[in-house]
Amino acid sequence: MNAVRKRRLMIVLGLVALVAVTVTLMLFALRQNINLFYSPEQIVGQEAPTGRQIRAGGIVEKGSVDRNQDSLVVTFTVTDFKARVPVRFDGILPDLFREGQGIVVIGTLDASGTLDASQVLAKHDENYMPKEVADVLDKEGLSPEDYRAARAEGKLSYPEADRP
Amino acid sequence: MWQWIHKWASPKHFYRVSTRGAPWLWGLALILLPVGALWGLAFAPADYQQHDSFRIIYVHVPSAMLAESCFALMAVCAVVFLVWKIKLADIVAKVAAPFGASMTFAALFSGAVWGIPTWGTWWVWDARLTSMLILLFLYFGIIALRYAFAREHSGGRAAAVLSLVGVVNLPIIKYSVEWWNTLHQTASFSLTKAPSMPESMWVPLLLMMLGAYALFGAVVLSRTRNEILRREHRARWVRALITDTCDKEH
Repeated sequence: MNAVRKRRLMIVLGLVALVAVTVTLMLFALRQNINLFYSPEQIVGQEAPTGRQIRAGGIVEKGSVDRNQDSLVVTFTVTDFKARVPVRFDGILPDLFREGQGIVVIGTLDASGTLDASQVLAKHDENYMPKEVADVLDKEGLSPEDYRAARAEGKLSYPEADRP
Repeated sequence: MWQWIHKWASPKHFYRVSTRGAPWLWGLALILLPVGALWGLAFAPADYQQHDSFRIIYVHVPSAMLAESCFALMAVCAVVFLVWKIKLADIVAKVAAPFGASMTFAALFSGAVWGIPTWGTWWVWDARLTSMLILLFLYFGIIALRYAFAREHSGGRAAAVLSLVGVVNLPIIKYSVEWWNTLHQTASFSLTKAPSMPESMWVPLLLMMLGAYALFGAVVLSRTRNEILRREHRARWVRALITDTCDKEH
């Protein structure tokens, strides 16, 4: 490679490095604002502002969902297994909402620490499974979560039902 | 080795050796994409939680991968063009940009359609969705910048610099779901671990991804060949080529 080309290559690489450093610093400075939501731990630790709209993300605690019989009002608890935040929501929940599901709640914290939700979004994970496989697991007394954990450790493969 | 590279970089040589390649890539894409689409959309099992809306993955993931790969290709071409002044690299970068922009749009659109039933919203300003939107605007910027110059060479250089600035966005897109809390889930596919779904689900997805890459290759190669003819239309070999073709037809 001759000297001119070498110099041009250095300029080009320098440009990319400079932009990368700038962007990294910007993202580092804005890191809290880029997070889509606060975790229950952060909310209980009073890192989240009260009286202003925030997002909270976590898992719907098993056995905590309480549907009002006469209206659409639902109350449940969001947890990250370190802290718990009670949520009250009046509206239509997404299809994937269930106990044990990851969700993001948009709402305001009231004085008692309850999150008054205006919108509930369901998060889903990157694991997909045919219904037949889930049924087979169910028969064997395994939940999809237990099964995934075992599979991640390399102990299990998918049951026969998934063969096309 | 440098000689070999320089030979490949000559538009004339490239045009001649790529004559056979384009039809093969088109054929591969035309087989893989319909087979993968039919398999994924009609025969693959539905997901136990998301049911049939899960099938959007067969469009969403290939288009998102292509959106990023196409930008990576443009960035490599930008370095080659800026440092070694190889015109062929500029041609490839030019013809790849509209394809990448369409793939980014397809990924954003299919993601929005998927988001309505599963998340309960078609758009959130989370890191993955926002960085993907920035990628779309980068594509628009690169395409517009190229045509903002009267001289083709200056336009190519400006577009190359912008592609290099924009390439910083690629790792941000890829790792956005790991660095920050996002509504978007993490990747289902990776080179290092087993796919997070059974064979009956990932085989059609793999076919769609390979088909999408074949389509990408076919589109870029065919358009590169056209662009070579357009740019070199005064060259003797192009005139000879056209006279030959006309003679054969008469």
